[in-house]
Amino acid sequence: MAEEAGMFRVHQTIGSVLCCKCGIPMTPNAANMCVKCLRSEVDITEGLQKHVIIMHCPECDSYLQPPKTWIKAQLESKELLTFCVKRLKNLNKVRLVHAEFVWTEPHSKRIKVKLRVQKEVLNGAILEQAYVVEYVQQDHMCESCSRVQANPDQWVASVQLRQHVSHRRTFFYLEQLILRHDAASRAIKIKQMDQGIDFFFANRSHGVKFVEFLGKVAPIRSRNDKQLVSHDPKSNNYNYKYTFSVEICPICREDLICLPPKVAASLGNLGPLVLCTKVTNSMVLLDPFTLRHCFMDADQYWRSPFTSLLSSRQLVEYIVLDVEIVSPEVNVGGSKYVLADAQVARMSDFGKNDKIFHIRTHLGHLLNPGDYALGYDLYGANSNDIQLDKYKGLVLPEAILIKKSYEEKRQRKRGKPRHWKLKSLNMEVDSTAKGRIDEDKMNKEYEEFLKDLEENPELRFNISLYRNKENQPSEMASMTDGEDVPSVPLEELLADLDLSDDENGDDSMRE
Amino acid sequence: MATRLQFENNCEVGVFSKLTNAYCLVAIGGSENFYSTFESELAGVIPVVKTSIAGTRIIGRLCAGNKNGLLLPHTTTDQELQHLRNSLPDHVVVQRIEERLSALGNCIACNDHVALAHTDLDRETEEMIADVLGVEVFRQTIAGNILVGSYCAFSNRGGLVHPHTSIEDLDELSTLLQVPLVAGTVNRGSEVIASGITVNDWTAFCGSDTTATELSVIESVFKLREAQPIAIVDEMRKSLIDTYV
Repeated sequence: MAEEAGMFRVHQTIGSVLCCKCGIPMTPNAANMCVKCLRSEVDITEGLQKHVIIMHCPECDSYLQPPKTWIKAQLESKELLTFCVKRLKNLNKVRLVHAEFVWTEPHSKRIKVKLRVQKEVLNGAILEQAYVVEYVQQDHMCESCSRVQANPDQWVASVQLRQHVSHRRTFFYLEQLILRHDAASRAIKIKQMDQGIDFFFANRSHGVKFVEFLGKVAPIRSRNDKQLVSHDPKSNNYNYKYTFSVEICPICREDLICLPPKVAASLGNLGPLVLCTKVTNSMVLLDPFTLRHCFMDADQYWRSPFTSLLSSRQLVEYIVLDVEIVSPEVNVGGSKYVLADAQVARMSDFGKNDKIFHIRTHLGHLLNPGDYALGYDLYGANSNDIQLDKYKGLVLPEAILIKKSYEEKRQRKRGKPRHWKLKSLNMEVDSTAKGRIDEDKMNKEYEEFLKDLEENPELRFNISLYRNKENQPSEMASMTDGEDVPSVPLEELLADLDLSDDENGDDSMRE
Repeated sequence: MATRLQFENNCEVGVFSKLTNAYCLVAIGGSENFYSTFESELAGVIPVVKTSIAGTRIIGRLCAGNKNGLLLPHTTTDQELQHLRNSLPDHVVVQRIEERLSALGNCIACNDHVALAHTDLDRETEEMIADVLGVEVFRQTIAGNILVGSYCAFSNRGGLVHPHTSIEDLDELSTLLQVPLVAGTVNRGSEVIASGITVNDWTAFCGSDTTATELSVIESVFKLREAQPIAIVDEMRKSLIDTYV
């Protein structure tokens, strides 16, 4: 730059002067003292802490940051270094340039940190100095560990989830939902009970959060209570156990319901026989003969509760002989239905006698002659429902079809396992139960649930399905069948993250 | 021989005194200690005069002089001027000059033959300096500072300059001044040389904060040790022994 300006600049060599204290030659600096003399004159670490006491919990390997926070950190980790530097007071007077650990024996209960600081001294000279801070680690159990130690099964809040129906389909589905949203991450224990599940939490707020989550995914009503455990009269501290009793409404998908007259009237005279098609935090009730639908949320239901007439346990298989479409396609809340007249016969009758039913069904878009369907056999059923009696002059249809059956095709594919799998919650089975939980029944129901998942894509929406690496379908096989059993497309499957050993992995996976 | 002293607990003795080969000016302090130190060193040799300039005590920085003359700023009062004229020897020309930069001690550094001047000094002032002090004037900077009178102190035997002066600058100044120069500090690392030390050909006075190292540097560059009687005897002895084979 000087050359551009046309000036001639002489090259400047800095000479050396003698240090004013010790007389050794040095380059001049702002203080005109050599570094050693400057260091002996001025100690910038004066007034800084060199010795600090920190509390360490030996159970969970965490360190106390007063007044109440416990920070989990490994020895010689970044978090520990940050924590140690934070514990030093007065460090704002100097500038911290570098910090690192000096190795100490882990059992010595001493942590040494070497810090390098810079400070301005004596007319502008910046001096850098390194010093070591020693932390004495005192062992002190943190509150949560001491509580666990005192009583390992101690819970503070429990959520008792119940549904008074004879199957466990809802709980299978809820289990997958909970896993997907990680809602039970704070539960210290989960117990499977008859007709429900119990969740135990260490903190009331965790319980409340879980109940709120349930309220968003299922139609529930809940109440809560508390029980006094201990009481400190001096400081007026009361320790309670909180219990939340949550009941899910007993109406499930594919249930046939006869609405009580008042409810039917409030819903706009919806035909007393309705199907429940979808249950989230509100239910969708569909009248299969008029294709009218309505929504009913939890509050509405619990104001005047009713039970279902027939549930999916009582489904009977039919064969469809003829289908005649009556009305065009109607979109009911996202699903399509087509009203059709159908001639069906029960599988138990087919071939043996000529009993044919002429019924109206809402599944016109799915059924073709020769298909199999599942439905409720009202002709043969003996319903003991009070609500039905209230309707004088109500003509019951002989059968109501609910869904198409893929049983035949499934029989063909019996040998082949699924290429997807689900995870499950870590549940304790209540061994002291009255023995009503039957292993076989559970497995059958679970199989039904999995089939349900395969057939209904909207059910899979909120669930995480994982790819089963051992049972990948080969490319060739999928092209052979014409009409295939519905199965989960590969794009919907999540690649499973396998962090644990193989043994542990097997325990927690169910196929 | 260099002496360490303080003016009213302040180590900047070059601010409160002016020492030349023909006279010494001293500021008026609360106690007589400052004056008496100078007296004890210089009593019989040169007159030590107590004065103020422009009513202030910072006389070392306001005036510039050598054995031939003394230059005073325009702010000097008539009484002070007269007092100085009376007290100083007759061959010393006392002159008050009109100059915008009135701290002449900061702007002019001189010995009996050469003077360094502030780069912005007036032409007339430069002529006055050459006239009154009988010196050759060079406009210079020292280590990039234009206040040459503050950052260097030199006598007829040697000189001390600002510690950050580069070697090339040092050589250049040395050739101009025709005396050996050294870059160093005074008063424990202070870079303002002229305020920390006041010096003539045989003696020097510096602030009491001056370390032993600095003192030895000062004594060696200004050649003050040879002024000692012992040194003179040694030299004589050398010449005597010369004939002794």
